[in-house]
Amino acid sequence: MSIHSRIVDDLVANGVGFVTTVPCKQLAGVIEELEGRAEIHHVPANKEDEGMGLCAGAFMGGKRSAIVMQNTAIGVTINTLATLIQFYRLPLPMLISYRGELGEPVACQVEMALHTKALLAQLHIPTYHFHRESDVEELDAILKHCFMCNKPVAVLTDASFWKGY
Amino acid sequence: MIRSEVLRDIAPVISDQLVVCNIGLPSQELHMIDDQPTTFYMLGTMGLASSIGLGLALAQKKKVVAIDGDGSVLTNFGTLPTIANNVADNFILLIIDNGSYGSTGDQPTYAGGKTSLAAVATACGCETVVECKAEDTKQVLQAALAADRMTIIVSKCESGNVKVPVITLDPVAIRDRFMKQVQA
Repeated sequence: MSIHSRIVDDLVANGVGFVTTVPCKQLAGVIEELEGRAEIHHVPANKEDEGMGLCAGAFMGGKRSAIVMQNTAIGVTINTLATLIQFYRLPLPMLISYRGELGEPVACQVEMALHTKALLAQLHIPTYHFHRESDVEELDAILKHCFMCNKPVAVLTDASFWKGY
Repeated sequence: MIRSEVLRDIAPVISDQLVVCNIGLPSQELHMIDDQPTTFYMLGTMGLASSIGLGLALAQKKKVVAIDGDGSVLTNFGTLPTIANNVADNFILLIIDNGSYGSTGDQPTYAGGKTSLAAVATACGCETVVECKAEDTKQVLQAALAADRMTIIVSKCESGNVKVPVITLDPVAIRDRFMKQVQA
């Protein structure tokens, strides 16, 4: 089974029925898998804060939701995370490509990588870092944790996890 | 007519509908005029009323009215292509366009200048876009609710505010009572 279908299987098994995505090269396989699944309503978003708004609405409409985005989006979504997702206590799994780690060819990506964990820590967002492919085995427990505590939860997935850039 | 008068006018039409109401004065005014558990008041996060409304409409069958402002749509312009390309016929986006950032002191927006939000929505691919005078908003909204067709309404009204208290409801209480109405 591909890592992409494994991830989407875990989302489906945890009742996630609505996913918004903003693309990253590392996330292309997951996005393609999401688009092809009948159990998932996939809505591509133009910006990640917009995507979080869609997720908030879908959750209140009775569908567990999740967002797939790049770590640069942490810079875009801090206000939305604090004033919508956290303030109203909405669960939101965030599958995040962790650009700017080992293997990164684009120097500028390192700049936001340096801030990513610090910003998530500052926001008190539970954060998990997938580095080896076997780390995906924790995803099911992370999703259960997210929907148990009604918080945004970050899963950072780096280039080593994706076996390259 | 100013925004609070438009809200007062449409309140009877939306009182039994699921409503997502924009941050700041629009939510405070609607809360003062006719507080309903079917209204999700945004207490923060400028720009996302239309996105929350669309997500809600896509996830369930009841009609959803998102009340937005011109300034908030301008700040989340990417919402219009997303709405156009993810059609939810139970979704109505009502943009109350007073050409100003009302909650922050009536600074002019570009929608009050050369930019037509109705033309932008149409260019983005929204198929049913109605621009109307403030006085006609109630009637246009009633027609849209009866039509079972995703509709974007741009209600052109005058700039101006009334004195209104802030909302002191707890956000989790707002969300909880709203979700109970969604499920009812």
